[in-house]
Amino acid sequence: MEIVVSGEQYSVEWDAPTRTAALKGILRLNGLEEYGPIARFLSSAVPEGKMTLDVRSLEFLNSSGIAMLSKFVIEIRNRKTVDLNVVGSTAISWQGKSLANLCKLMPSLKMEII
Amino acid sequence: MSDMVGRYRECGAATKEGLELSFSASSIPLKQRWRNNGLSADFLADYVTTFFPRVENDPKSLARQQEIRGAVNYIANELLENAMKYSDEHLTQPISIKLVMEADSILFVESNATNAARGRAFQAFVTELATSDPTELYVTQLERGVETGGSGLGLITMVNDYGAQLGWKFDDLGDGAMRVTTQVLLEI
Repeated sequence: MEIVVSGEQYSVEWDAPTRTAALKGILRLNGLEEYGPIARFLSSAVPEGKMTLDVRSLEFLNSSGIAMLSKFVIEIRNRKTVDLNVVGSTAISWQGKSLANLCKLMPSLKMEII
Repeated sequence: MSDMVGRYRECGAATKEGLELSFSASSIPLKQRWRNNGLSADFLADYVTTFFPRVENDPKSLARQQEIRGAVNYIANELLENAMKYSDEHLTQPISIKLVMEADSILFVESNATNAARGRAFQAFVTELATSDPTELYVTQLERGVETGGSGLGLITMVNDYGAQLGWKFDDLGDGAMRVTTQVLLEI
């Protein structure tokens, strides 16, 4: 795992062999502009093939972060070249509430909440 | 003269259990203040857990406590983020957030002043929200590619994901200013 973006309370880590991007910590950035570095990394990480987004250690995500992830999923859906898996955790309350919405945006997305 | 949208209720003076935080809106720059939204939301969420204690040997009580803590944290943080973003710094009006604890619900009441143009635009948005299917609106907002870093998605997720009931009151303060009060009722 290599840290590709980080801030006071969060990090984004990338594991090249498994093509997994892991978001960790607490994300309460101000608007989509502050989410730019994370959004740019996610959208350029995998041009085609499999990709996993692991949010199991993301304890908090504000609505701007939900907007950023949703836009990423819409982009992947429209590109049609990436097979996206999302892994979440039942132990973190926002994930049980909000993560399933990503499937509404991209029905072919594979979601696993463990 | 007040305009009301959604399920807004006037709170009686004889309020039950509650907590209120108030912030002056122009004393420090937004960037520094932004961090305080999270601190305040964490505090409110931790405070509320006192009323939903863990019962030994009952794992459901812990799960319930965690769920309520998470919901209060998310909703309080969104309300404060919106208030900080949309308050008018030229108006020396405080931003306040209040939690009212009831037997089967938590009521959030957030209030801030803004300029009339911004207030009217917000009123138009929440009127649409109050009469729309939240799931459809969520997808539409994102598909439109709207700059949803704003208040829209936060309020939609409260309804769509947390089953909250929302209401608003808009008061004309004169001189082109307006007070916007948002209520979020979370059943627990």
